Amino acid sequence: MEIKVKLNGKWIVDNIDPDMLLLDFCRAHYCKSVKRGCETSNCGLCTVWLDGKPVLSCNVLAARADGHEVTTLEGLQEEAKEFGMFLAREGGEQCGFCNPGFIMNVLAMKRELDNPTDEEILEYLAGNLCRCSGYASHMRAIHKWLDSKKEAAQREDHIPENREKMLAHRLSKRTQKHW
Amino acid sequence: MITIQKYLKAASLEEAWNANQKRPNRVLGGMGWMKMSSGNVSTAIDLSGLGLDQIEETDDAFIIGAMVTLRQFETHEGLEQYFHGAVRESVRHIVGVQFRNCATIGGSVWLRAGFSDPLTLLLALDCTVELYQGGDQTVQVPIAEFCHMKPDNSILTAVHIHKTGRQAAYQSFRNTETDFPVRAVAVSRLDSSYCAAVGARPTRAMAVTAEQVDQLIEKAQALPYGDNLRASAEYRTMLAGVLIRRAAEELERR
Repeated sequence: MEIKVKLNGKWIVDNIDPDMLLLDFCRAHYCKSVKRGCETSNCGLCTVWLDGKPVLSCNVLAARADGHEVTTLEGLQEEAKEFGMFLAREGGEQCGFCNPGFIMNVLAMKRELDNPTDEEILEYLAGNLCRCSGYASHMRAIHKWLDSKKEAAQREDHIPENREKMLAHRLSKRTQKHW
Repeated sequence: MITIQKYLKAASLEEAWNANQKRPNRVLGGMGWMKMSSGNVSTAIDLSGLGLDQIEETDDAFIIGAMVTLRQFETHEGLEQYFHGAVRESVRHIVGVQFRNCATIGGSVWLRAGFSDPLTLLLALDCTVELYQGGDQTVQVPIAEFCHMKPDNSILTAVHIHKTGRQAAYQSFRNTETDFPVRAVAVSRLDSSYCAAVGARPTRAMAVTAEQVDQLIEKAQALPYGDNLRASAEYRTMLAGVLIRRAAEELERR
């Protein structure tokens, strides 16, 4: 059967078997970050986004993605690299096998939840298994990354205010001169 | 893993129903459980193009389409407010967000599995299951009755949760996070009458009713329980008492 999928921003038309999994479709189109871990829908390693929502690609038929948008780690390289650096600095990247699925889900969480609590983070990421770290390093990395995003957002928020203040200051000086 | 010969994205309920009359054909839910089975499916029937992926709130009911995901069910504001978090609590421990974005209410209810958290909750509420039976004919079956029906060739199109004023609380116990529950309990109260649905017996959930919490526990603990790798029948019986009491206390606190 023929399907048309927008994979990482690019429309792809392909002939597939009706029982092909989305996981195998992604890998067949060179998205090798999508990996088969447990194949029992438990480990989170095969996480991709379907229309922006994280799903287990070992659990979705490729046929169901027909006409929809699929995003893998290859389509989020800059963001993935940024968070990956936080993960590496905190010792969260050991064997590294679980990272692609984990990063996909962390990035999805950032889009879905504002200022998540620890409980919300743990609950959102409960479906991503890591057998090396015990998750403490993951949590440190997530906290530091979220803090850095918050600080960057605050800096951006302040720039227009600063500009407005400077403009107001200049304007008041000109007005004083005029008087 | 199942093999699928043909994929049919149904354009209408009638087309889906007609295709489902042949035995080797199967309706797809979220695939979480079906993909773990083996066998040959002649035609896989996909309902995702029929607009069954919405939760509609009316004055009298919440109408939950069969293709609504467990995550939609979990995060729906109307359900959250009406049932004070019981809906969210019933599904939030199921694997992870990615899984709950796939698994559907229709699939969970149709399967009538013993481990089902949503089915346990729904059994304690005033619910009916909407079944399409061909020729534009739909029937509403009370969920307790549906639980004991043998799967037929109907198409499950929606679950209706009727707004009767019934309040509910949900409790479950797992040996480890994201695992199947060892014990799932939903307690609801309408006026002075309690209902407890007890799931993961480990077989299909059953419900009991009583006027007092102690009687409710007594009746629930008299239900038949079995052993499996996760827990013994004796342990499940004890857990039933503890979780029903906790849920009832939660209802009292509201």
